[in-house]
Amino acid sequence: MLGRSANGIFWLFRYLERAENISRLIEAGFRMALTRDAADASDEWRSLIVTLGLQPGFEARHGREYTGPHVFNYILRDRDNPGSVLMMTEMARTNARMVRAGITREVWESVNDGWMRLRDALARPVTETRLGDVLDLVRRQSTQVRGAMEGTMLRNEIYNFARLGSFIERADNTARILDVKYYVLLPSVSYVGSSLDNVQWENVLRSVAGERAYRWLNAGRMDPRGIAEFLILDGRFPRSLAFCYSKLRSNLASLAREYGGEMHCHEILRDADCQFHHVTIDAIFEQGLHEFIGKFIRNNTALALQIQRDYRFID
Amino acid sequence: MTKTSPSSYDEMLNADGSVRSAYAGYCQWYDEQPPDLLRRKGSEAEAFFRRTGITFNVYGNEDAEERLIPFDMVPRIITAQQWRKLQRGIEQRVRALNAFLHDLYHRQEIVRSGRLPARLLKNNEAFLPEMVGFTPPGGVYTHIVGIDLVRTGEDDFMVLEDNARTPSGVSYMLENRETMMAMFPELFTRVRVREVSDYPRRLARSLAACAPSAFGGNKPVVAVLTPGIYNSAYFEHAFLADQMGAELVEGSDLRVENGRIAMRTTRGYLPIDVLYRRVDDEFLDPLTFNASSVLGVSGIMDVYRAGGITIANAPGTGICDDKAIYSFMPEIVEFYTGEKPILQNVPTWRCAEPDALAYVLDNLSDLVVKEVHGSGGYGMLIGPTSSKKELAAFEVKLRARPENYIAQPTLSLSTVPILTKAGLAPRHVDLRPFVLVSPNGIDITPGGLTRVALKKGSLVVNSSQGGGTKDSWVLDD
Repeated sequence: MLGRSANGIFWLFRYLERAENISRLIEAGFRMALTRDAADASDEWRSLIVTLGLQPGFEARHGREYTGPHVFNYILRDRDNPGSVLMMTEMARTNARMVRAGITREVWESVNDGWMRLRDALARPVTETRLGDVLDLVRRQSTQVRGAMEGTMLRNEIYNFARLGSFIERADNTARILDVKYYVLLPSVSYVGSSLDNVQWENVLRSVAGERAYRWLNAGRMDPRGIAEFLILDGRFPRSLAFCYSKLRSNLASLAREYGGEMHCHEILRDADCQFHHVTIDAIFEQGLHEFIGKFIRNNTALALQIQRDYRFID
Repeated sequence: MTKTSPSSYDEMLNADGSVRSAYAGYCQWYDEQPPDLLRRKGSEAEAFFRRTGITFNVYGNEDAEERLIPFDMVPRIITAQQWRKLQRGIEQRVRALNAFLHDLYHRQEIVRSGRLPARLLKNNEAFLPEMVGFTPPGGVYTHIVGIDLVRTGEDDFMVLEDNARTPSGVSYMLENRETMMAMFPELFTRVRVREVSDYPRRLARSLAACAPSAFGGNKPVVAVLTPGIYNSAYFEHAFLADQMGAELVEGSDLRVENGRIAMRTTRGYLPIDVLYRRVDDEFLDPLTFNASSVLGVSGIMDVYRAGGITIANAPGTGICDDKAIYSFMPEIVEFYTGEKPILQNVPTWRCAEPDALAYVLDNLSDLVVKEVHGSGGYGMLIGPTSSKKELAAFEVKLRARPENYIAQPTLSLSTVPILTKAGLAPRHVDLRPFVLVSPNGIDITPGGLTRVALKKGSLVVNSSQGGGTKDSWVLDD
């Protein structure tokens, strides 16, 4: 396949994944803000902007006043924000158009259909009343494309590049949430297990759609170390770092088989993979959760760059 | 069912209102349908097109970044017998076009014999000196041709234009049929219509049969070259690449490597054997033609002339789209085939000739005047619908550069009904059959693309100017 097409499909799925993750983050932030006083709510919205790395753009637009509607409208539909859901959905569609010959009709139609719906939904400012429906729409688009992909695409290199894009992005998103919220999970000087802590922890889980799975696995008991372990090391949870890396491993292995050899990115993956083998959450906390996450994000970015280089995404 | 407009030939109804034999099966079906069915299906079809992304970008129209070409659900129907005659005529014409191109770029016998004035080639940008003395692989110049036909009577089909450069619209022919079959499956069990869906397979086979001398594998690598996603026909480029199982490449994916044109794949650079390019000659090679072009590949013309790649259509075929050349087609057909043309031209006045110019100026308000290099319905004058002011302004242009224009009578194009809010109503149509040429022969897909002027009385069928399309049926015997 063309290097440009590999790049197009990789980014198509990165954009869709990111849009989906953003919608979860907003939902969690919104829920949090509803239960807090104005000052705390504003802090919550601010941390959302920080997690997404949108602080300079947002403050240039709205100043330092972090109100809910400003924040979620900026993230969802601001055309000057290249990271807005609207712009990303457009880029996703542009990429899908570019690789049209490499995806099935079903995949293309679900991307196109999702874009049309979102464009209509985001044509006017989103109110708090409408927010839930809009977020739902964003997730639904991603789910639909994933379903069409699963059901209709050949399991070949195109599929592998799509999956690599999805899981590089998902790992990055989960890691960034941990990076901003890590302090919530650290042993606190305040009384551990207060109702506020519980809410904060649940919010971290909610941001990655993991609250029910975690409760189910832990019989409803919340504890920060357990949550960190769940999000980093639990290979059963589809948004954990370990899960994302097991998928990156299997897709890169398929590529190595199909191409008759490994590339430099396979080496980088092996190194990065070590982070999850024979590692306990206690060891991670000892090393420093913040340092661990920072290093993970850097490695993940390096892996993505190397994949793009090895498979000639660009000249 | 509908009224015909008195002056034109209606393809569905006789002058007395009875149904012509071509439409007998369709009309019987139509009369049995509940009255609002077709209209309901119409909005279904629109949603279907939007979702599938069959769109058409119109240049210079910022608002409508992606506009749909309106699709009308009443098919255009041609009988097997009518089609056989058309097929013979088209085949003859396309054979002549290829022989003509070969001659133009070699000995120019037709000019030497005095049948074609040499001035038509001088300073004609569509004539490429780079092609002189070179024969494309397999001797094929026009791998894909679209012949635009208009009809004025039961047996009167005429050629309006030859599209030998890069004819477009075939994806609409295919999608229109898919749409009709999806919406009215039972109709196709009652009326036997000839298949069009294997066009992409035939195109792939036809292109593969034209591999260049450098090709050494067992299956030629075919790629479609597109200017990119912002091109008006991008949907079609992607559609054809997808259906043929070919790569869809852009100029930036390509470079010259070891005397071949190679595309950057995830495994490295891979040579292409046949390039179905949807990029104009002018942008094909910045080294040879337009130096500022980013759509083509530097050095492709050298590779081409050395037998490293096949370019389809061959560069320099655009000369056949020239309307002054068109006016000589009857002579061209006769010169190369030794036969009388089966398909007639529309009568044409060449304004370069003083007598013709005088006639055209005297009768401007009755004529259609076209630029010889124009296309897409741009830069033309339709006398009968133009104001005095427009006529006067055009006269100035015409007097200044008469050789730049040809004129034709305003034809009474045949009509086919479309579905309007008030029921069926006749509208003018044309037909573009698609023709494939390879060393194995000439292959014509039954039917083609019917374009229809949606405005009552309008003769302009171009999609860029408010025209729509119809599914075109050739009945099975």
